[in-house]
Amino acid sequence: METISAAWLFFQNQILGMKWLNELIGRALAAAGLDTGETLGGILQFFLYDTVKIFVLLSVLIFGISYIQSYFPPERTRRILGRFRGLWANILAALLGTVTPFCSCSSIPLFMGFTSAGLPVGVTFSFLISSPMVDLGSLVLLMSIFGARVAVVYVVLGLVVAVLGGTLLDKLGMERYVEDFIRNAPHIQSDSATLTRRDRVVYAKEQLLSTIRKVAPYIFIGVGVGAVIHNVIPQTWVETILGDGNPLAVVLATLVGVPMYADIFGTIPVAESLLFKGAGLGTVLAFMMAVTTLSLPSLIMLKKAVKPRLLAAFIAICTGGIILVGYFFNFAQQFLI
Amino acid sequence: MEILVVGGGCASCDTVYEETRAAAAELGLDAKIRKVEDLVEMVQMGIMTVPALVVDGKVLSAGRTLNKKQVKALLEKVL
Repeated sequence: METISAAWLFFQNQILGMKWLNELIGRALAAAGLDTGETLGGILQFFLYDTVKIFVLLSVLIFGISYIQSYFPPERTRRILGRFRGLWANILAALLGTVTPFCSCSSIPLFMGFTSAGLPVGVTFSFLISSPMVDLGSLVLLMSIFGARVAVVYVVLGLVVAVLGGTLLDKLGMERYVEDFIRNAPHIQSDSATLTRRDRVVYAKEQLLSTIRKVAPYIFIGVGVGAVIHNVIPQTWVETILGDGNPLAVVLATLVGVPMYADIFGTIPVAESLLFKGAGLGTVLAFMMAVTTLSLPSLIMLKKAVKPRLLAAFIAICTGGIILVGYFFNFAQQFLI
Repeated sequence: MEILVVGGGCASCDTVYEETRAAAAELGLDAKIRKVEDLVEMVQMGIMTVPALVVDGKVLSAGRTLNKKQVKALLEKVL
């Protein structure tokens, strides 16, 4: 048992967490005459370590995940979901949301494709909520930074929000508030091509390159902001505004995060340094969920496909769910890290 | 021949449109190339992931950011 836990610790700290890299960078900076205990040296160390770490993990992850995703094109996901009813359909939709690949500009065509095929609105929304909030990549990155327990609970609660959110939208009778042109659209059964192993590798490589290009700016900005928080912002500020002292910290973090648009990989370094400075675990995780799940650009797109009532219900349910998850994590923090 | 590049609102869709124009020019195709950003048209074609490449009503690719070489390969298959 001890060997297993030692091996896991090594895996978590050195392979996923790449602590050795941090030391190496610290030594290199010291050799260059920069004291990493000082503000500038500290910022540089955090920035270099975090960017290198995230890019390395990201590359390995996206390649592997894209390979898995090539088995779940949206047409197949839609077919699978069509066979299930009730809560099971919502649960499956949330799970498939984590492995079905699409870029954010596809979320509306996907929504329309699912709905016109007769999938209930609630099932489609379970899919649309879980997809940006929880993906396999974020699971591993969260493990690297917050540890395995936090990562697993984050993923589970993300799925719960997606399942309950979709179910609730369904129960509220939101089906009526889908724009008519979608409900009246003919259902086109499109087939997805069968892929060889080589096709999948090519696809995974393509995804890797295009994703890196797309998320790179968010990572640099995220890590930059994280580095400044980590080394410049006084601990007491963070503690007062986002720590135990403020009962509304989770609400504040969620509301600030909702209109923002960033990739989950860009928000993780910000969350990491806020946590380090004494913000509550639930507060930073709620912030991450809010940033990734809801954003102004995606809401503006969604507005074209659904009527205001449904849009409002969607925003309210997601925000509420995220806030609850935040409070849960703050409460459970002592058991998790 | 009518070539449609479906999808709007993101950089990938713009890229595929430009790459498709370049590919068609290199192949010397006498084709009408159009960008489809209308949601109604999209849903009627059964497109679920963008950017998509549609030639004469047939969906050749969806959800992939194709480059010129890949577009050319796909177009040559249907010529």
